[in-house]
Amino acid sequence: MPLTAILFVVFIVGTAIALSWPLGRYMRWAMDPAPAGGVAARFTGAFQWTGGRIARVQQDWKRYVVTMLIFNVVMFIVSFSILALQQYLPLNPDGKGAIDGSLVFNTAASFTSNTNLQHYSGEVSLSYFSQLGALMWLQFVSAATGIAALAALARGLAGRESVGNFFVDVQRATFLVLLPAALVVASLMLIGGMPMTFQGAAHVMTLEGAEQVIARGPVAAFLTIKQLGTNGGGFFGPNSTHPLENPNFWTNALSMISIVLIPMACVWMFGRIVGRLRHAAVVFGVMLVLLLAKITGAVYFESAPTAAFADLPITQNVGNLEGKEMRFGATSGPTWAVLTTSTSNGSVGAMHDSLNPLTGVMPMVGMWLNATFGGVGVGMINMFLYIIVAVFIAGMMVGRSPEYLGWRVESREVRLAILALVAHGLFILGGTAIFAATPWGTEALNNTGPHGFSEVLYEFSSASANTDRASRGWATTRSPGNVSTGTIMLLARFIPIILPLAIVGSLMTKRRTAESAGTLGVDDGTFAAMLLLTILIVGALTFFPAGTLGPVAEHFAYAVR
Amino acid sequence: MNALLTSCRLVIATMLICVAGYATVIWGVGHILTPWTAQGSLITASDGTVIGSRLVAQDFTEAKYFWPRPSAVDYDGAGAGGSNKSPASADLTVRAKEIVTKYGATADNPLPAELAAASGAGLDPHISVDAARYQAVRVAKARQLPLPEVQTIIDMHASSPGGFLTLGRLVNVLEINLALDRAKEAP
Repeated sequence: MPLTAILFVVFIVGTAIALSWPLGRYMRWAMDPAPAGGVAARFTGAFQWTGGRIARVQQDWKRYVVTMLIFNVVMFIVSFSILALQQYLPLNPDGKGAIDGSLVFNTAASFTSNTNLQHYSGEVSLSYFSQLGALMWLQFVSAATGIAALAALARGLAGRESVGNFFVDVQRATFLVLLPAALVVASLMLIGGMPMTFQGAAHVMTLEGAEQVIARGPVAAFLTIKQLGTNGGGFFGPNSTHPLENPNFWTNALSMISIVLIPMACVWMFGRIVGRLRHAAVVFGVMLVLLLAKITGAVYFESAPTAAFADLPITQNVGNLEGKEMRFGATSGPTWAVLTTSTSNGSVGAMHDSLNPLTGVMPMVGMWLNATFGGVGVGMINMFLYIIVAVFIAGMMVGRSPEYLGWRVESREVRLAILALVAHGLFILGGTAIFAATPWGTEALNNTGPHGFSEVLYEFSSASANTDRASRGWATTRSPGNVSTGTIMLLARFIPIILPLAIVGSLMTKRRTAESAGTLGVDDGTFAAMLLLTILIVGALTFFPAGTLGPVAEHFAYAVR
Repeated sequence: MNALLTSCRLVIATMLICVAGYATVIWGVGHILTPWTAQGSLITASDGTVIGSRLVAQDFTEAKYFWPRPSAVDYDGAGAGGSNKSPASADLTVRAKEIVTKYGATADNPLPAELAAASGAGLDPHISVDAARYQAVRVAKARQLPLPEVQTIIDMHASSPGGFLTLGRLVNVLEINLALDRAKEAP
């Protein structure tokens, strides 16, 4: 890799790591304050007041999950209603009309589940009220749901009597974590030149005398929480490649850092709540190794020139520029593609459909593993599933009873963990199989051959990984696609939250043993290697065949040509 | 039932603070700190008509103007998008051939790659300095200007987007085209 590329990656990832440490500390303070006294405890009082009587009780994991689901159902209904009724609602200067019913379902499901799969194009279909009241609002509360769930999981593992109270946690995450972060970052984005206006589209007369309509809107506020909450789903259809959504190199850098910042901080918050910072550092290290491996691969493969220009008098020394912006630099596109899919964000800084075939593998790997930092809160929860499996396999290999943080891991916990991991594979591969074999999928393709298969695979990967699809070529206004991916997003969102909490609930019924010299450690290099292998083997065995049929086949198809 | 009621209370609280409150604060910050860019970086001509956004590419086809990168959506500022084609797609080869003919590129004088590749949103306002120099001869000829004068305008507007973190320097197509028009008016 050229030196500029290395410096760029180090700058982005390094800054995010440096900021994640103090943020993790702050998040521990905000999400899990000491029971009495202090500012955070006073906030707890306020949140209990907003929440009413039910917010004052300590919940067990089942009550926590049930209240979480009820809140999410209400989120879904409210956003569905706003989207379905947008033509009657205010803040609609460009007079956007009604949206198709299956698209409303898909969009509401998508943003409730923190996926933000975009089957609509923001500036074409949605009013400002829909963008802010339905989508931006969900970007706060769905991300907060993920952080709350992680806090509950960590409390259980720390051996507390209760996992906490969902209604208090979700307010802590919204008002104490996401809101202040969004205010700071959005102000910086404004200074970087991003628009924030409630005036409708600008009608301009170009230098050559043609009329151009330029959509704009309250972008800065929307974009910021989209990145921080690993939401994805841009204000504009083509997301952060749009010059009004990402005006220059520095807003681009800040966006990339924002994408990965809170997922990184979540690992430290987890470590602090369970009281095992060294263990958190090992997990962080494993995630970082996978992230950097994917970035290196993507940047390397993307430096190959656009294959379609091979025999034409066009310079071949600048890499593939199709679907990329000049102002972000050559390394940004592939780096962003990895960051956004690793964290289930899904906003794009370059068009993923136009990435070189092997580059395109890297974002898919990110969504298949779904735990290289992952979505806010839920990424660490997914990693917890891999940890359980790794601990179990390691224990079996050396013939000791598997333990995690002093909790005996037995068949019930492992069964639940495997169930959650298998569900992810089943949604992706099952959905891909059905849509690749029937007109539902094949009629919606934008490309043919292996690249067409990749489009379907990518679509279901992103739906199941709760990553925004973000302008992948697959046609998106069709009912079967809207309904199936919408359903998958909801299942794939809540199964990996509910099952891990069930595992913790099951652990909490046991007696916790003190760790001794005989216990397999979870904060050393051996465990790191074990965890890495588990992730790779589970991921590779599940998804390697499908990956071979898509991007790998396409690469060889044109390499031979 | 309690949980449902509480959920509704939280919906109201989060809507008020995170949507109404947050959006108003950010709107206010933009209004005060960066009023021009907050409105979309619109450029106004001396007669008061808005001629475009500094950030959004517009179509240029006349020989006397620098041409931007191709756009998969025909520079539609209200419906942006990329080609979403595989980089190995035959459609891209067809498109690139037309562009090569348009610029008259030859093997000895190959076309800078971004002039053949559409951007993600189809609205990329920039081209590289190389791509601008590539067009300088045509522009100078069409305007009957000496070539060095056109090249000076390119150099004056060139900047590096990310310092040492990016390679090469870029120019904003609309800006250099405006500068060309103004240079003509000046004397």
